[in-house]
Amino acid sequence: MKRPIYMDNQATTPVDPRVLEEMIPWFTEKFGNPASSSHAFGWEADAAVKKARKQVADLIGADAKEIVFTSGATESNNIAIQGIAQFHKDRGNHIVTLVSEHKAVLDTCRHLESEGFEVTYLPVQPNGLVDLEVLTAALTDQTILVTVMAANNEIGVLQPIAEIGAICKERSIYFHTDAAQAVGKIPMDVNAMNIDLLSLSGHKFYGPKGVGALYVRRRPRVRLKAVMHGGGHERGMRSGTLATPLLVGLGFAAQLAMEEMEEENKRVYALRENMRQGIMKQLTHVELNGDLEKRLAGNLNISFNYVEGESLMMAIKDVAVSSGSACTSASLEPSYVLRALGVNEEMAHTSIRFGLGRFSTQEEVDFVVKTVVKAVNNLREMSPLWEMAQEGVNMDDIEWAAH
Amino acid sequence: MAYNDKVLDHYENPRNVGSMDKADSHVGTGMVGAPACGDVMKLQIRVEDDGTISDAKFKTFGCGSAIASSSLVTEWIKGKSLDEALSIKNSDIAEELALPPVKIHCSVLAEDAIKQAISDYQKKQ
Amino acid sequence: MIYLDHNATSPVRGEVVPLITPYFTEFIGNPSSVHGSGRAARKGLDEARRKLAQLVDVHESQIIFTSGGTEANNLALMGVALQANFNGHLITSAIEHPSILAMCDLLEQRGVAVTRIGVDSQGVVDLNALEEAMTPETFLVSVMHANNETGVIQPIQQIAQRCRQAQVIFHSDTVQSVGKLPVTLEGVGADMISLSAHKFGGPKGVGALVINNRLALSSMLLGGGQERNRRAGTENLPGIVGFGAACQLVGSNQRKEYERLLGLRNQLEADLSNLLPELIVFGNETERLPNTTLVGVAGLDGETLVMNMDLAGFAISAGSACGSGRTQASPVLAAMGYDGAVGQSAVRISLGWSSQREDINRFAPVFARTVKRLQQMSAPLTMAV
Repeated sequence: MKRPIYMDNQATTPVDPRVLEEMIPWFTEKFGNPASSSHAFGWEADAAVKKARKQVADLIGADAKEIVFTSGATESNNIAIQGIAQFHKDRGNHIVTLVSEHKAVLDTCRHLESEGFEVTYLPVQPNGLVDLEVLTAALTDQTILVTVMAANNEIGVLQPIAEIGAICKERSIYFHTDAAQAVGKIPMDVNAMNIDLLSLSGHKFYGPKGVGALYVRRRPRVRLKAVMHGGGHERGMRSGTLATPLLVGLGFAAQLAMEEMEEENKRVYALRENMRQGIMKQLTHVELNGDLEKRLAGNLNISFNYVEGESLMMAIKDVAVSSGSACTSASLEPSYVLRALGVNEEMAHTSIRFGLGRFSTQEEVDFVVKTVVKAVNNLREMSPLWEMAQEGVNMDDIEWAAH
Repeated sequence: MAYNDKVLDHYENPRNVGSMDKADSHVGTGMVGAPACGDVMKLQIRVEDDGTISDAKFKTFGCGSAIASSSLVTEWIKGKSLDEALSIKNSDIAEELALPPVKIHCSVLAEDAIKQAISDYQKKQ
Repeated sequence: MIYLDHNATSPVRGEVVPLITPYFTEFIGNPSSVHGSGRAARKGLDEARRKLAQLVDVHESQIIFTSGGTEANNLALMGVALQANFNGHLITSAIEHPSILAMCDLLEQRGVAVTRIGVDSQGVVDLNALEEAMTPETFLVSVMHANNETGVIQPIQQIAQRCRQAQVIFHSDTVQSVGKLPVTLEGVGADMISLSAHKFGGPKGVGALVINNRLALSSMLLGGGQERNRRAGTENLPGIVGFGAACQLVGSNQRKEYERLLGLRNQLEADLSNLLPELIVFGNETERLPNTTLVGVAGLDGETLVMNMDLAGFAISAGSACGSGRTQASPVLAAMGYDGAVGQSAVRISLGWSSQREDINRFAPVFARTVKRLQQMSAPLTMAV
C-alpha cells in the first residue's frame, strides 16, 4: 500500500495514467497552436481540440458547439455568472444562489452586489439540500439567474438539479450549475435537467489541472458577456490560446468517465459505506454531515465530537484528507458550508472530509478506519471536553471566555 | 501548513497529559479558550507548601500547535516558583515552537492557562 | 515537416516534460491543502515561482500565475481599470496583441477613454503621439515589448521614463520577448509585464503577470483567494512547474541563444534576399527580436504562399495565429502604412529553441522557388489588369 494514502479526491484528483499517456505527445511532437490555420501543426491540434470538445459534450449530453473551454471551474463560474448578469441586466437585476456554494460563485455574486445587483443567498436544510419551495418563493420578476451547485465540494450532497431546472425553465430564468464535483461522478444531462450553463473542471475527474469548460446552451441561445478578451477564441466567449495537451486530457478523462462511471460508482460507494460503517461502529459521538442518500459516492464528511479537526489530521498524517474546504484551510474560520447546515461551530471544528475515488482500495479503507479510530481515541483522552462529557458536564452551561 | 519539528515532537509525544483532582487545595486549574473557537486548554498545577510547582498536567482540545504549546508549558513550569511561572510570556512559547503568525493565539492561550491555574490556586489559599 | 512558427507556439522542451509528469499522477495534492500531499504540491509551486522570479529579477510575491498571456494582459488592464473605477484615460498602441486591443474596446464601453497611438513605417510606436496623448487623466499606458508579427522592439525605456515622470502605470506585454531577449521587470521599466510559457518551451495553459508590489490590482477571476487574492482558481500545477523549468533553461543561456537565433535569422534574410531581390523585410531598419522575420513580395497572396509552403513541408504563418481561423489583412502592417498589396503578401517566419541551421538551409531555396512559381501563375493575370 502506497503512503501517504490519498483521500482528498474532492480537492483534486490525480490524472489517470491513461489520460496522461494521451496527453504526452501533444507537448512535444504535436505541439501546434490550434489557431494556426496555415499549417499541418495547427490543423492537427485543431482536430484534437474538436475531438475533446465532442468528448466533453457527450459526457453531459450537450452538443460540441456548446462547449467553451476555460482554465477551470473557477473561470467557468465567473464567466457564467458575470456574463449573464452583465448581458441581461436590462431584463432584471436579481440572482438566486445558495449559501453553501463554492467561493467562486459566492465571491462573484458578492462582486455583482457591489455593482448594483441583488443576490438572494438561500439557506439549506440540515441535510444540506435546498428546499424547492423556498427556492421558488425567492424568484421574482427581476430574477435573471439561478445558480445552484450540482454536488457540494465539502459534504458531497446532490442538489435537486432537474427540479430546479424545470422551475427555472417555466419562468424563463437562466439556470447555471457549478457541476465541478458532479461531472464524471454522476450522470449529468443538460437537456433532461434543463440546464442553461454548466461549469466543469478537468482535475476533479482524473483529468489535468488548468483546464475546464463552460457549457452554454445554444437552443434557445444563451447570450453572455465575456470575461477574457482577445483573439476571439471560443465563439468570443473566452479568448486565449487553447492548451491542446490539457484539452486532450480533459476530453479523454470525459470519455473514460462516461465509459466507467456506473461501475466505478458502485465500487466507490461500497468502499465509502465500509468506511462510514467502520468508523461509526467503533466510535461514539461521531456525526455524518450532509444527507446520506443524496450524496456523491466518494464523499464522507464526519464530525468527531471533542476532537479538533486539524489535530486529527496531524494524527493521521499518512492519510491525506481535508478539514473544511481546501480553499479556505489557511483561515481559522470553521467551514461556512457546515455552518449553513446548522452545525454548530464546535462541531464544525471537528469535521474531516474523506474523499474516496477511482484509485482508492479496500486495503486503504481498512487502514484509514483503523488509524482514525485509534487517533480519535487518543485525542479524546487528551481532550478536556471529552473528560467533561464523561463527567456529565453540559458544555452549553459553561460560559466560555471568547478570545 | 508545515509544522516545525518541535511542534511535531510535542504533538506526537505529549508530556504530562492528564488530570488532577481539582478540589484538592494544592491544585490550581486553568481552563481557557472555547469549543466554538476550536481550542480549549485545561492546565493543572500542584503547588507545594514552599510555593514551587511540583507537577503539571494538561488536556487540550485544539490543533497541533495548541497541544504542543500546552505540553511545552507543563515541562517549563515544573519545578518553578509561581512568580517564575508567571514570567513565561507567550512570545517565549511561540519562539520555542517557531509558531507561524496564524498560530500565535495558541501560545497566548497557554500563557493565559498558566495565569488562570495560578490564580485558581491562590484563591484556594 | 520543419516548424518555423515559434511566435505562434513553441514545442515544450524535452527536458521539461519529465519534470512535469510526476505532478499529474504523483504529487497530486491541491497546493492549498494542508496535508503532506498538498505540501508537496506547494513545494513545486514555490520552486517554479522562484525560477520565474529569478528570470525576470523580481521577488516571488510579485508573480501572479494565470492561464496564459491573454489572461495576464486582460488582468493587467482590467485589474487597474477596476481600481480606477473605469474613470480616466488609457493609452495603448495600434499594434498590440488582440488580448490588449479587445480589452481596451471593452474598457471603452465601460467608460474609460482610450487612445491608440500609431507606429512609423518601421513599426515603431510614435513617441510624439504618446506625448500628445498624455493627459492628467491618464492612469495607464500599455505598450508591448516586441511585436508578434514584425518582431520590432518598441522604445519601452523611453515610454517607461515618461510614465514615471507623469506617475502613470506602465504595462508591457512581454509575451514575445521573454525567452528571446533578456527581460526583467526593471530592465523594461514597467510596473507590470505579461508572460506566456508556451512561447519559449514551456507548456500551454500557463502564464503570469509580474507586477510591482506597490501596485494595487483588482482580481478578475473571483473565488478562492489563490495568488494572494489576485487570481482565483486551483493552480495549474504541472503547467506552472513546466513554466518554471522553461524559465530556468532560458535563464541559463540567454546571451548565447540570442546570438544563435540572430545568426540564423540574419542568414535566412540574407539567403532570401539573394534569391529574391524584390523581397521586402518589414521593420529591418530598426531593432527586432532575433528570431522573427516578416517578409513580403508585392502582389503575392501571403495565405497562398503559406499554404504552398505547408505542402512543401514548412510551417510558417501569414500574420498572427490569434483568432479562430479568420484571414484578414494584418492591422499591424496597416498601421505601418503598407497598403493592401504589400500587406497581404506578408508571411512570418519565426525561429525558436528547436530551430537549427539545417532548417534555414532547406527553407530558403524552397521558399524562393515557391514564390517564383506563384509569381508565374499570377503573372498573366497581373498583366491583364
